[in-house]
Amino acid sequence: MRIGIDVGGTNTDAVLMDGQTVVSWHKTPTTADVSGGIEAVLGAVMADAEVSPDQITAVMIGTTHFTNAVVERERLLEVAVLRLGLPATTALMPFADWPADLKARLGGHTYLLHGGVELDGRPISPLDPDEIRKAAADIKSKGLKTAAVTSVFSPVDPGMEDEVAAILRAEVPGLHVTLSREIGRIGFIERENATIMNACLVELAARVVRSFENALKALDIKAPFFISQNDGTLMDADYVARYPVLTFASGPTNSMRGAAFLSGVKEAMVVDIGGTTSDVGMLRQGFPRESSVAVDIGGVRTNFRMPDVLAIGLGGGSRVRDDGARVGPDSVGFALTEDALVFGGETLTTTDIIVAKGSADIGDPAKVAQLDPDLVTRTIGTWHQMVDTAVDRMKTSAEALPVILVGGGAVLITEALPAASEVIHPPHATVANAIGAAIAQVGGVTDRVFSLEGLSRDDALAMAKDEATRKAVEAGADPQSIEIVDIEEVPLAYLPSSATRIRVKAVGDLTISGA
Amino acid sequence: MKRLDKLTLADLCRGAAFLGTGGGGDPYIGRLMVEQAMDEGCHVDIMSLDELPDDCLVIPTAMMGAPTVLIEKLPRGDEAVRSLQTLERHLGRKAFATMPIEVGGINSTMPLVVGARLGLPIVDGDGMGRAFPELQMETFAVYGVSGTPMVVTNEYGDSALITTRDNKMMEWIARGVTIRMGGAAYIAEYSMSGADAKRTSVPGTMSLAVQIGRTIREARESNQDPFDALLTLLPTTPYSFGKIIFQGKVVDLKRETRNGFALGESLIEGLDPWRGQMHLSFQNEHLIARIDGVVQAIVPDLICVLDSETAEPITTETMRYGQRVKIMAVAVPPIMRTPEALALFGPQAFGLDEPFTPIETIG
Repeated sequence: MRIGIDVGGTNTDAVLMDGQTVVSWHKTPTTADVSGGIEAVLGAVMADAEVSPDQITAVMIGTTHFTNAVVERERLLEVAVLRLGLPATTALMPFADWPADLKARLGGHTYLLHGGVELDGRPISPLDPDEIRKAAADIKSKGLKTAAVTSVFSPVDPGMEDEVAAILRAEVPGLHVTLSREIGRIGFIERENATIMNACLVELAARVVRSFENALKALDIKAPFFISQNDGTLMDADYVARYPVLTFASGPTNSMRGAAFLSGVKEAMVVDIGGTTSDVGMLRQGFPRESSVAVDIGGVRTNFRMPDVLAIGLGGGSRVRDDGARVGPDSVGFALTEDALVFGGETLTTTDIIVAKGSADIGDPAKVAQLDPDLVTRTIGTWHQMVDTAVDRMKTSAEALPVILVGGGAVLITEALPAASEVIHPPHATVANAIGAAIAQVGGVTDRVFSLEGLSRDDALAMAKDEATRKAVEAGADPQSIEIVDIEEVPLAYLPSSATRIRVKAVGDLTISGA
Repeated sequence: MKRLDKLTLADLCRGAAFLGTGGGGDPYIGRLMVEQAMDEGCHVDIMSLDELPDDCLVIPTAMMGAPTVLIEKLPRGDEAVRSLQTLERHLGRKAFATMPIEVGGINSTMPLVVGARLGLPIVDGDGMGRAFPELQMETFAVYGVSGTPMVVTNEYGDSALITTRDNKMMEWIARGVTIRMGGAAYIAEYSMSGADAKRTSVPGTMSLAVQIGRTIREARESNQDPFDALLTLLPTTPYSFGKIIFQGKVVDLKRETRNGFALGESLIEGLDPWRGQMHLSFQNEHLIARIDGVVQAIVPDLICVLDSETAEPITTETMRYGQRVKIMAVAVPPIMRTPEALALFGPQAFGLDEPFTPIETIG
């Protein structure tokens, strides 16, 4: 049996699954230390099903923790941004297209340095060790803990990024260094952006991964645990601690795949209402529709492959203001069980309104019995309109589609939506995210240089696909289910023989013995 | 004269990407450079060809090279400005205006940066009416304007002043210089009088790019089909005809950067109701679309690869395995289809055997 866990901004959910069957599920508020919530929810699902720790074969965790940190501009480190490319690249400075508040939050420490290579591998200019040491001294004097290094054409030749990392680590002991070629592909601005975002999250990532480990240890679960990444596949804990940015879209991917699994509907709009935000996306043939080009995260452009999702500030913990005319975008978050009226708090939230309406049984209904019925009706109208507008914006045709509602806040939607052909509330909808994590796939990646001397491109591609497939199988994928999801080629014109760097990703369903 | 604001700039860039027919480079980087200039208080003023004095000097400016290089190696920022100034010094005359040589892709924005930085108006028209991979593939050249003297500049301020016997030789030498400069460089060329600009330009193409970009945006905002909206718009413009020639999923991509060009091929697997596979070949821009060897559209008509839902133009360097796309073909204006024009940028100029066949007569 396996357990899927979703750690959201407001709630931590878990499901215990036996094959395709949901055996038990539980939901508990996310705790500030993260691990407390995980321990509570794990203990509950195992107790409900009377399952012992040694019967668990795998634990999959999805979390929006890192995305939330960027969106909320909280728990982020200030970043030393090093760019290698002078005298080129100054037409657009680092943070060129960033929201001003996020740029300010990360400190705007930029170091434009000589270096970088041309497409053919020749240096644009040589590295200047003195210049790098001067930057290192400044980083040290400012007490920065993390650095993002991006060099022009590093996917072709990563050497200069490695050299700079070595100098930085020697000069500034303990500095976390994120190198761009480990994060992204060709496309300088997007890769630099993603590298900076990864760098600002490394401290939080180490802390969160440790709390996951502690929670499992406390319950004596020895099964391996995985964390889901952007494309819905799983990665191990060490990897997440180093590359938290790769989890950015795992929330929407998990909830949409969970929604398709639970409803059996493959062509639909999905609205995942959490505690703080709602994500609206589109399912095509059971998979999230991916954005065709660049994706903004917290207002920053990246080139990850991600589901095309619109987030709006509506959730079960959203504050209600202006007599019900305004809902969100801020929320009481994980303080819901203290601050909301139904829990004896003093903040009017969407949860209080829906309890007052009589559509949900949460906390103490007596505490909201005196709310003005007009206020209740008006507020419900406000958020239905928010969701309807968002669905309408994300639809790619005027034709109405079914809307699948998932997430802990799905109870908020009690009425019809003009943009929907029907509104579907599937069973276990409140834990769709955790189910999406539990059914997540595993991937295998091959990324290496092939010499095309005496080898046709088709043969090289076939070899790369075989390698990726083999790695996916080694990682636990069912060979029958494997699909190639990504192929990328970077021709390396500078090598003497005709050579090309090929990156292939294969994914498949996780086979678990005894599941 | 019309002053550009940021929303219109964004529309222009989207339309320019459409007219880029898969090439010309993503205008995103150029748009940010223009926005940066706007934020610093510079103005972008677009001047129609009618407003241009016959005896004034126009110096077009552009980026030259492979878009795959540009998205990775950002410019220093003042390369094109320096090229224009170096050419002014050589000619002993100041430019009255700058203009695009190429409306498709990032080269719609480069003259905007130059105009904004130097306070020069930007002429509403260009020499390609789309994007093309080579410098002699210009209506300016077709109708007798010399591309040289020309200046190429890199991020160090290294520059080459090129004078050649003809425009084909200009392309050959400038391409060599561009490769030495890393595969992307910034140029000023085809300096000409206002009268010559009026006679040899594809007119109004900057405004057309704005119209196309706005049409796609407004269709999306009102949940209308952006493809229908585009097919309704086109007959009201000099690009009088458009049609969807295929819909499917990208299943194979082959590309390489060689001799300063992004060369390659892609294969699209048909999705219902489209059957079979469409094969696209590109040299920076899409040149020819075939199904089972049968030509569906051919250069210089536009072959535009668009996201099948949003109609966002997809450039060849951002094309990826698995993308769902629609292919739209569009007729170019008559000035680009004369025998002289086809000799310079028709199928044979790209080494294709197939003759030019107007899109409105295919299928």
